[in-house]
Formats: sequence, C-alpha cells, structure tokens
Amino acid sequence: MPARARRAAAALAATASLALFATACTGSATNTASDDPKAETTLTFWHGWTAPSEVKAIEENVARFTKAHPNIKVKVVGNINDDKLGQALRAGGSNGPDVVASFTTANVGKFCHTGALADLKPFIEKDKLDLDAIFPKVLQDYTQFEGKRCTLPLLSDAYGLYYNKDAFKAAGLDPEAPPKTWSEFTEVAKKLTKAKGDSYERLGFMPNYLGYETVVSHYMSQWGHGGYFGADGKSTVGTDPAFAEMMTYQKSLVDALGGFQKLDKYRTTFGDEWGAKHPFQTGQVAMQLDGEWRLNFIKEAKVPFEVGVAPLPVADDEVAEYGKGYLSGTIMGIAPQSKKQNAAWELVKYMTTDTEAVVSFANAIGNVPSTLEALKSPDLKFDERFRTFLDIARHPKSTTSDGAVNGSAYQDTLQKFAQQYEKGQVTDLKKGLADTAAQIDRDIAAAK
Amino acid sequence: MSTDTLPATEAAAPAASAPGARNTLRAKRRRNALRTLAFMSPWLIGFGFFFAYPLVSTVYFSLMKYDGLNPPEWRGLDNWTYVFTSFPQFWPALQNTLWLCVVMVSCRVVFGLGIGLLITKIKTGAGVFRTLFYLPYLAPPVAATLAFVFLLNPGTGPVNSLLEALGLPAPAWFNDAAWAKPALTVLAVWGVGDLMVIFMAALLDVPKEQYEAAELDGAGPWQRFRHITLPNISPIILFALVTGVIGAMQYYTQPIVASKVASGVMGGSGVTFVPGYPDDSTLTLPQLVYSLGFSQFNYGAACVIALVLFAFSMAFTALLMRRRGGLIGSGD
Repeated sequence: MPARARRAAAALAATASLALFATACTGSATNTASDDPKAETTLTFWHGWTAPSEVKAIEENVARFTKAHPNIKVKVVGNINDDKLGQALRAGGSNGPDVVASFTTANVGKFCHTGALADLKPFIEKDKLDLDAIFPKVLQDYTQFEGKRCTLPLLSDAYGLYYNKDAFKAAGLDPEAPPKTWSEFTEVAKKLTKAKGDSYERLGFMPNYLGYETVVSHYMSQWGHGGYFGADGKSTVGTDPAFAEMMTYQKSLVDALGGFQKLDKYRTTFGDEWGAKHPFQTGQVAMQLDGEWRLNFIKEAKVPFEVGVAPLPVADDEVAEYGKGYLSGTIMGIAPQSKKQNAAWELVKYMTTDTEAVVSFANAIGNVPSTLEALKSPDLKFDERFRTFLDIARHPKSTTSDGAVNGSAYQDTLQKFAQQYEKGQVTDLKKGLADTAAQIDRDIAAAK
Repeated sequence: MSTDTLPATEAAAPAASAPGARNTLRAKRRRNALRTLAFMSPWLIGFGFFFAYPLVSTVYFSLMKYDGLNPPEWRGLDNWTYVFTSFPQFWPALQNTLWLCVVMVSCRVVFGLGIGLLITKIKTGAGVFRTLFYLPYLAPPVAATLAFVFLLNPGTGPVNSLLEALGLPAPAWFNDAAWAKPALTVLAVWGVGDLMVIFMAALLDVPKEQYEAAELDGAGPWQRFRHITLPNISPIILFALVTGVIGAMQYYTQPIVASKVASGVMGGSGVTFVPGYPDDSTLTLPQLVYSLGFSQFNYGAACVIALVLFAFSMAFTALLMRRRGGLIGSGD
C-alpha cells in the first residue's frame, strides 16, 4: 500500500522540498520584465478547459494571436486546475507556465495577495489601457483584490434557469411563463415532479447543494445581500439576514420535493455534469440552475425536447430585481517568475481586450463576451436564448463571490454548513451561521 | 580530523618506534572509519537531504507564516493553536486516520492471511486463484476507486440491486457517512494481493515436521494454526501491520477520488470541491496537508499536520515494535 499512496507521499515530500527552494522563490513580487516582446520566443499557456470543442476553440484563438504576433509561439496546456496552477506558480522554473487562465474567480484574492500572479498595473499603464472603457464593472471587481490587479477577465459566465418546455406543457404549465419568485418556483417544481415507486420518474428541480451548479454562491445571487465580507473585513454570513433567508428557502424546497435522503439517492443516478448524460439533458430533472455554456452542451447532445431559458427567480420581496444572476468567469494572468513577461502580456492583452479575439472565442465556446465592445459586436452568433444571459451579465444587481486571502476556502466553509443544514443535521440556523462566520474569520486570520 | 593529516602519519609509520606503531594503528582506524563513512555516504547524504533536512525545516516552517511565495514570518505557536483549537477539520481527519489504521489495516491483514492460507491448501488450480487474487493489486488506485464508486452506487450500482433483490438492506456506501469508510475498507481488501503473496511465501516456509509432530500429538487444525503457523509467520504479520499503518497514514488518493465522484462535484466556474464528503467521513490527514498547503497557501499549518502525522506513525511503529516480543515466538 505505501506505493499506492504516492500522491500523499509526494505532497509531503513536496512540502519538505519546498523548503529547499524557499530562498529561490522569494522576492519575485517586484516587476522587472525586461524581455523584448518583438523577439522570437515561445510562451507556455496553461488553461482549465477539457471538453474537446472548448480545447479546439482555445487553440484557434491562440492561432489567431500567433498570426498577429508571428514572433511569439504559444505552447498550450489544458486541463489545469487551480491547485496545479498554485503549485506551478510557486515553484517557478522554466517548465512552468508564462500565462495562466483559471475559472475560480474566488481565488483571485489569494493569487493577488500572495503575489502568485504578477501585478499587471505596469503593463496596463505602459499600454495606456482604460479598463473602465473596456470591461463591465463586476468583471473589473472580481479580477482584482484590495486594489491589486493581477488578472484580467477572459470571457464571463452568467447563471440562469434552464427549463424543459415539453415537461411544462405536460404538467399543464405555461412554457412561456417560467417562475419569477422562489415561492412560485416551489409550486412549479412540485407540479413538474413525477413519482416512480419511492423515487422519481422526473424531478422538477434538484435543489441539493451537491452536484453541479446548485452551490451556495449561485443561489445567493438571487437574494439581495451586501457581499460576503463587511467593511471591517469580517464575514457577514451571520449578520446579513439574506443568508438565513436563502438557506431557509432552500431547505423548504428540499422538504417540498421529497426530503434530502430521497433526493440525494436520486442524485446518484445522474450522469456526469460535463457529459451527454447530464440529468437535465436526459429529462431526469425538468429545471436546472446553470451557466450559459449549457446551451452549447444541449445543442451537442441534441436533446429531444424544447429548452427554455430565463433568469433565476428572486426572493418574493425582491421582484423588482428580477433578471439578476450570478456572474463569474475565466481570469487570465502572468506568472511572476516568467522571464518573458512582456511577450506574455501581449498574449493576455490580445485574448482579453481584442474585440475580434473575444467575439470569436465567445462564439466558439458559448460564453458571455467580457468586453463592452464585444458585447455590442454584430459578429456575435447566438441563438435568441443567449440574450437572456447577456441581459443577466449586464443587470446592475448581478453579483459574484468575493475574493479572500485564502481563496475560496470561505465558500467551502459556508457550503459545508449549508449541507449540514439541508440534511437536517443542524437545526439552529442562526447560531450555525454565526459559528460559520466566526470560523471564516479565524481561517482568514490564520492565512493573513 | 582532516584527511591531509593522513599522509603525514603514514610517512611517520616506518620509524617503527612504539608511539609510531600506535600512530599507524590510529591512522589505520581513522582510514577505516573514513572508508566506512565513504561507503555509507550515499545513505548519509540521502538521509540528510531527504529526511533530516526536510524534517528540521518542517518544524521551522510550522512556526512561520509561509505562503510559499513571500519570505516566511515568525508566528511562534500560532499555527499549532490554529490547527488544534480552531481548524474544525483536524479532529475528524485524525479520527478517520486512526479508524483506518485500526480497522482497514487489520481487515487487510486478516484477509491477506486468510486467502494466503486457503490458496496454500488448494491442490489444483492454485496458480489461477493466486493470479485472480493478485490482479486487483495491479489496478491503478484511481481506476479501482472509480470502479468501486460505480459498483457501490446506491441508485444504479449492481451491488445494491443484488442486495435489494435478496431483501437485504442496501446502504448508500460512499454517499453515507456511516458507510463511506467501510466502503473504502472493502476496496482495500479487494486489493489485498500484495499481502497475500507475502503471506503465502511465509506459510510455505513453515517447517512441515512441526505440523507432523503436532498431528502425532493430536493437535487439531486450530491448534496447529495457533501454535505452529502463527508463531512462525509472526515477523511477517508485524511487517504487514507496520507497512499497513504507514500506508493508512498516507491514505489520500482513494478517499479523494471516491468523495469527488460520489458527491458529483467535478468543479465548474465558481464551484469548488470540499474534501471529506460525506460529512468529513473520508477526510484524512494527508488531504488536509494538501488543502492547507497547496490550495490555501498556508504552509505553516500544513507543516503542523505533517508533523502530527510523523509523530503518529513513529508512535504506532514504536508500539508495534515493542509488542514484537509478544508477537514473535521466543525461539526467534
């Protein structure tokens, strides 16, 4: 068995061996890029896409860049998660990446605070980029942390509601009138649910926090809240009533649809989120909280029913804000150890700000464009349903999850508490949320 | 004791006087010592680089705030108090690790020995069975875990369909906090081929005369096993226990893969995977080292947990070695 636990051993060994490089990786925070971006060079670019069509799209985008900058070759490496990224950024070295892209906007705080990604300010100033004129405000916010800009947005994601129009018709519901408030949503979800034995033939909606995109942060954008941290930097999950309201509602939805145990067992019959057997695509669930990219997946899977999209419902007393949603996206930055930072900046600048690049990539990958110019571009090729996501992305009340010095750890803590609450393991919600807030504060204090 | 004194003493040797002879002798000893050290040096260098230095620096970094990028800052015992008093995942992970050390390791030893015994007794087709039981050990841990999550899936898995058809209770396995560790144990027992082979070798080494003599004295199968087989193979049992405990201390891949697949969280934008699903039941200490160090950039706290692991594996091994006297027969 020791041989089988190689990864753990490697982790321990790496922890230890990092000590060896402790002196080698310090003091890299200052920007001393001196390479000539016009010289012949090869960049290494790491990204996280895995689906074949997405990988192809990013390669085409890079090919467009190479055409515009023939002196810069780009080596593209896919399927990179944030942990791998973090390790490479700390280790440095010539085999590491020069340019990186990540999906976890909540990790920007960690990357900027520690200097794991290079400060982009000198590059932006050198090229006199006016970010306010290029990017929407939410996107500018989630790509910097406490005034330090270490990433730029590369396409964004907006979350909405997908629903099975055929199932709506079968259940006697109007397929053109998706629910707008959460209490309407509960009723619709119940009507769409068809039992089969002690399980389901079809479930109206899978409310559980586990599995796919129904995580706390995505739900939370539909309840007006003032962010995850107050002005003093302390967690607000115990004091902002929106968090308790959301969790109370989610639990009531779980109970209304059959209870946690029954739902969770049904969940284990679902296919993979990124595969063709996604439960929404197979008709196992009739409504799905998901990002705009699902449209492409639905087209590829050729689902046998009509799909409608709408913004997610809002809290009953926030009807005026209907249309908002959760925003996130891919972020792009430069490795501070890279010896080719000026060339790396050319790639980052091209991919994040060049309208043609952003539009073509958004078309190919089915994501929301990230620049104001691209959002207006007539070259955007979308089906009508995509407009819904563009509107969510533009909605002034749409939110995202904040960054923190320990990255997404605070989201994990909150998510874990939420899971205990939906299962009924915790009954005192108020106290639980206060404890969770205290825990988040302690974790951040320990990481600061 | 520098080497350049050696030629000088050697040059003095032919003088053949009494102190000169002593000098020669001393020089010889010194040369022998140096030669020994030279022969040992690969090990010494390895020990220094891969054990002593990392251990000392782990202790050093456990007292620092260190993110792997910026210079470490002195924090005293802050990381230690954080891990022990306000890091809620620490205690469940420690309990799980101890559970695995006790239950999973003993199950593996019992099954490894049991199958080894059965196969040494089989007259025909022993080779086929040996291969059959050894094969699972060769499966890569990720693939094996994926297969088990599929087999033990509470909704669609064949195991539960069978249990339900037989009217037996069908647990949710990797989706139930009470059954997740037993499910991992089943997986570990399935891959017991390595131990089986070692036990078979040990069992075939037990002198036949002892069994014959015992049979003449009227000893039954259990008495023969208890008084002849066990004492003879006890060093191998000790070996299996010690390596098993060290393996359990490093248990990482299987629980991470199982909880990731069973929870359905493969990660999209804004979605992160929280290890330990369900309810921290598959959390192990190496996972915490990984998530604190590599995901949260908090090396100081990760070092604390690494040291706790180190202390526990030392203590477990020392305990088992002390019991050696009882385990290994007096004739050994």
